[in-house]
Amino acid sequence: MKRIPKSIIYSFYLIIFFILIVVSYNSSRRKPDSVAELISDPKWLNNWPKWLDAPFKDWINTGWKSFIADYGLIFDAIGYGLLRGYTTLKTLIVQAPWPLVVVGVIAITYFTSGRKLGTTVFVGFCTFFIGFLNPRFWDKAIETTTMVVLGIFLCIIIGIPVGIAMARSERVRNAILPVLDLMQVIPAFCYLIPGIILFGLGAIPAIISIIVYAAPPLIRLTDLGIRLVDKEIIEAAESFGANKKQKLWGVQMPLALPNIMQGINQCTMMALAMVVIASMIGTRGLGDEVLLGLQQLNVGAALEAGLAIVLLAIVLDRMTQAYGDKIQERTQPQKKKK
Amino acid sequence: MSKIEVKNVFKIFGTNPDSVLPMVKGGASKEEVLEKTGHTVGLDNVSLSIEEGETFVCMGLSGSGKSTLIRHLNRLIDPTDGDIIVDGTNVMELSDQQLIEFRKHEMSMVFQRFGLFPHKTVLENVGYGLEIQGKEVEERKKLAMAQIESVGLQGFEDQYPSQLSGGMQQRVGLARALATNPQILLMDEAFSALDPLIRSDMQSQLIELQAKLKKTIVFITHDLDESLRLGDHIGILNGGRLVQAGTPEEIIMKPADDYVEAFVKDVNRAKVLRAKTVMVKVNEFDSKNLKLADVFKVDEGSYIEQFLPKVLADRCTIQVVDKMGDIKGYITEKELAISLSKDAHNIR
Repeated sequence: MKRIPKSIIYSFYLIIFFILIVVSYNSSRRKPDSVAELISDPKWLNNWPKWLDAPFKDWINTGWKSFIADYGLIFDAIGYGLLRGYTTLKTLIVQAPWPLVVVGVIAITYFTSGRKLGTTVFVGFCTFFIGFLNPRFWDKAIETTTMVVLGIFLCIIIGIPVGIAMARSERVRNAILPVLDLMQVIPAFCYLIPGIILFGLGAIPAIISIIVYAAPPLIRLTDLGIRLVDKEIIEAAESFGANKKQKLWGVQMPLALPNIMQGINQCTMMALAMVVIASMIGTRGLGDEVLLGLQQLNVGAALEAGLAIVLLAIVLDRMTQAYGDKIQERTQPQKKKK
Repeated sequence: MSKIEVKNVFKIFGTNPDSVLPMVKGGASKEEVLEKTGHTVGLDNVSLSIEEGETFVCMGLSGSGKSTLIRHLNRLIDPTDGDIIVDGTNVMELSDQQLIEFRKHEMSMVFQRFGLFPHKTVLENVGYGLEIQGKEVEERKKLAMAQIESVGLQGFEDQYPSQLSGGMQQRVGLARALATNPQILLMDEAFSALDPLIRSDMQSQLIELQAKLKKTIVFITHDLDESLRLGDHIGILNGGRLVQAGTPEEIIMKPADDYVEAFVKDVNRAKVLRAKTVMVKVNEFDSKNLKLADVFKVDEGSYIEQFLPKVLADRCTIQVVDKMGDIKGYITEKELAISLSKDAHNIR
């Protein structure tokens, strides 16, 4: 493949920059009468001049409006589908008798942790204490968990293939890394509001926000995990004539799994944090209780709800972590003690 | 026709190897190229041929390009210039798909740090090449078990590699390489990570296996004793250049340059040199003064260390005979003194 020389790329960027300045100048309502005035009166060098203002805001608003008009229906469909899934799952768990749910959580932990009794008992108690703190919290915790689980599920579906693509190609990685940085740095409210416009109030914009907020660590750790696989092991696979697919699924993915599980664990924690923030755009759940307590200056209620969130976090963390540990033991058994 | 032929192979590491190639071909040294262009010369005009059924040992210090060379043979690394011909096929001209087929059947590789798959059991590791070839589970298991037994690891087939010791792990690596029954075995510093006793064990095991299997083995090492023990031919690399290739005796008796000489300086010659290399031929030997009682017969293939004590104790003359019992030559104390001296070629 032929590579474009760096100098051409840089001059291309420079041209775009100048076009931007000219466009901004022309579209500004506060520009001086003529360009000649800028030279004769250098006062504009003191403070940032009003006309030196790229009209990104207007562009985004216009673009956004036509985007909604053209593609709004697609988002309605996605939102509807997600909502159906969310409601079904939530109703199922909420309607189940609570002791059954506690037992279910205990059973899942017991098997994912590789039959570790300590972890199982601890998780069981944490689950029980969520409802024990305040009976109202039980259903709300289930709502929150459902959102988190759906969000993680979507994160995995999107994140792992992206991570694999990044590990395989330097070019893809260079293109995606800035996007991940953007997703992680941009304040949550900046995409919570457009989320409401696209999907309405409630659980769906929260789930979408979870993807934006929680997918990056999973993508990064998948990418890292695959690239960290010992080069000699990859060479061994290649020397036996493994093709790309056999290398990926037979060697790289199994060996990257501990890292990927760590990514899913991180993803879970961040998803939970996001659901709490999302209560500010009317998402129900435990975050809602914290918000309520704050608004009423009821320190006790807010703290109680906060504690319930911590307990939920512990339960989710221990379940994913224990599973990750189990995988790690299987793929990299402990070295013999010398 | 040799089994493997390497013809004028150059390998340059860096951002734009092709631009540096003329400079390297012009004879610039590794240091010059690095200083002027920032490119590293991996291999510099290496040509060698390896015969079918022999063990070719490629030796050099770290950074001499030996690991790079072995990875060219199955194209884990692509050369910058040159041809590699295996069994009459030019490996350089293979398409990606053909290359995969070539790797599946023609050769397999053993690695310095074993390169075992930590998530697979010993049995699955050994069967990996067969799995890639698309063999059925049952057949895979049968062939893999046979190999596991041939390296003496029966009973460990359901263990994971990290549960085994270094020597056992490398035997798994060896069994894995042999399982696909390739004609060529590439061994990249295969025994370098093992401690001396186990290393010597593994060498014996390899020699034993090789006597039965008659594979073409390319063995990489930085250990001269190992290369003398295993190699039918030895190639010595320095700074990416092949400085000498020949039999162990040739390397020791006639080092091509100071580098090789420094290498062979401390070697135990009595262990390496054979009777037929040091003897004086029958027709050149003055047997007038020879008393029959003082003569001791040895086979022409025996090493000096096998008859040296006898000579020292009984002051006898060695009569070298071939397998048929015909006298080929004689060795007296003088020949022994010359051949065991470090400056052998100076005395002559």
